[in-house]
Amino acid sequence: MIVADRKPFDDIKAMLEGFEKILIVGCGECVSVCMVGGEKEVEILASQLRMAAGKEGKKIEIGEITLERQCDREYLELLKDRINNYDVVVSMACGAGVQFLAEMYDHKIVLPATNTRFIGVTEGEGVWAERCRACSDCVLAETGGICPVTICAKGLLNGPCGGTNDGKCEVDKNKDCAWTLIYNRLDKLGRLDSIREIFPAKRYSVQTRPGRRIHEAFKEKE
Amino acid sequence: MAKSFKEALESGKFVITAEVGPPKGVDIEEMKHHIELLKDKVDGLNVTDNQSSVMRISTLPVCRLIQEAGGEPILQMTCRDKNRIALQAELLGAYILGIKNVLCLTGDYVTVGDHVDAKPVFDLDSVLLLKAISGLEQGKDFAGNELKGSPAFCKGAIVTPEANPIEPQLIKFEKKIKAGAEFIQTQAIYDLDNFKKFMKYARKFDVKIMAGIVLLVSAGMARYMNANVPGIFVPKDLIDEMAGAEKGKALEKGIEIAGRMIKTLKDEKICDGVHIMAIGKEGKVPDILAAAGLI
Ligand code: SF4
Ligand code: SF4
Repeated sequence: MIVADRKPFDDIKAMLEGFEKILIVGCGECVSVCMVGGEKEVEILASQLRMAAGKEGKKIEIGEITLERQCDREYLELLKDRINNYDVVVSMACGAGVQFLAEMYDHKIVLPATNTRFIGVTEGEGVWAERCRACSDCVLAETGGICPVTICAKGLLNGPCGGTNDGKCEVDKNKDCAWTLIYNRLDKLGRLDSIREIFPAKRYSVQTRPGRRIHEAFKEKE
Repeated sequence: MAKSFKEALESGKFVITAEVGPPKGVDIEEMKHHIELLKDKVDGLNVTDNQSSVMRISTLPVCRLIQEAGGEPILQMTCRDKNRIALQAELLGAYILGIKNVLCLTGDYVTVGDHVDAKPVFDLDSVLLLKAISGLEQGKDFAGNELKGSPAFCKGAIVTPEANPIEPQLIKFEKKIKAGAEFIQTQAIYDLDNFKKFMKYARKFDVKIMAGIVLLVSAGMARYMNANVPGIFVPKDLIDEMAGAEKGKALEKGIEIAGRMIKTLKDEKICDGVHIMAIGKEGKVPDILAAAGLI
């Protein structure tokens, strides 16, 4: 899933300076799971804003809604009737959701309430960790299911750098060195041969930016 | 030096290189002094590439200065700041200036240096950089396009014999040789027994090994490196020896130890040469060589 952080309250408050009618839009998928942009977080942000406005004696009106997803037009459609009652929309989705909302309602000012961080997993309660950089050319088959592009700070494909130390990464002593993990996993699987050959350089040409994919069955329609 | 570094390596003599660290800023008097002092005493002078991710004068112009002074430069090249286009362009540029020795490194991560917000590149890694150079030598760039005239380099890389775990390090070492490395410099070594074990393994490969010698200046430095520098291990007896030095004589002790180690490595034919890193004390390299009985 996509993991995000909520922007610091002061940043959000500063963005909203001067707006009186604010619609906060949550997303029910990833950002809801990682507890930054779901229904509950929409409520929290709304009350923080109300309290801050109250303290300063300002009058604001806040609407709250959480969509199933913000990365699908059919859910964004549901804002159609409400959105015009507000001066500004704050999206609590990931960066993709914020943009899709802004694209669909391009006459509205749409502001982000999150900093989108990474594609990751839930490692434990309240702990999420990155696992994939979406490089479009997956090497996990060779690396024992551990991604060097993501887990190695330098994204090295041919083994550890000189900074690896006791199985930890030079960039952060608390993080495991990807190449120790890869070595240990492949050793356990009896598949070390898969990293003995020189691994070719990454093909950045396949990482078209922005990425776009059309399902075979829909190509003609496009 | 009359001989090129490659000739020195191939001659079978015990090869000695030292390091030149370009300064941050354009006052190069001290660096020029070090170049003058060392150029005729060593077989090659390594020029570091924004070492520790701290921005400084770039490597190539300093290599050129060494060459103009009559020394033999070794261009260090990291993958941190340049993509495959910039790396190859720099290599071709180096070659036309007559700079033919390259040491390929991955490079430290950006956040350990003084521009923590810079974009880390790492398009290639040290193995792929060696492969890129081998390709240029065969007349093809990394994308397979023909070159109009191809260069020839003497290619080197790094290994850390004290790395823990060692196995992934050795797999990479073998890849570096496959990719064309002709010489390998090691991270600083102090434990000769462990180094001999490494050499027993390394001798199976057709590659020259140069032991990394880092000058100890105090017992504190040795303890600090043990605790903080990846892949460096100073054994207790050496730390005790440093600690036991008379007051004000620690540096001399460090020079004596470095000289002694180099002499042992040479006399016992443990490896093919040494690379001396006297970080911040480049002026002491001749003293180390004298202590080793080499000048
Ligand atoms: S909008 Fe973003 S957070 Fe919500 S479902 Fe789509 S990808 Fe996940
Ligand atoms: S190699 Fe890593 S970044 Fe690329 S697709 Fe696979 S998991 Fe994702």
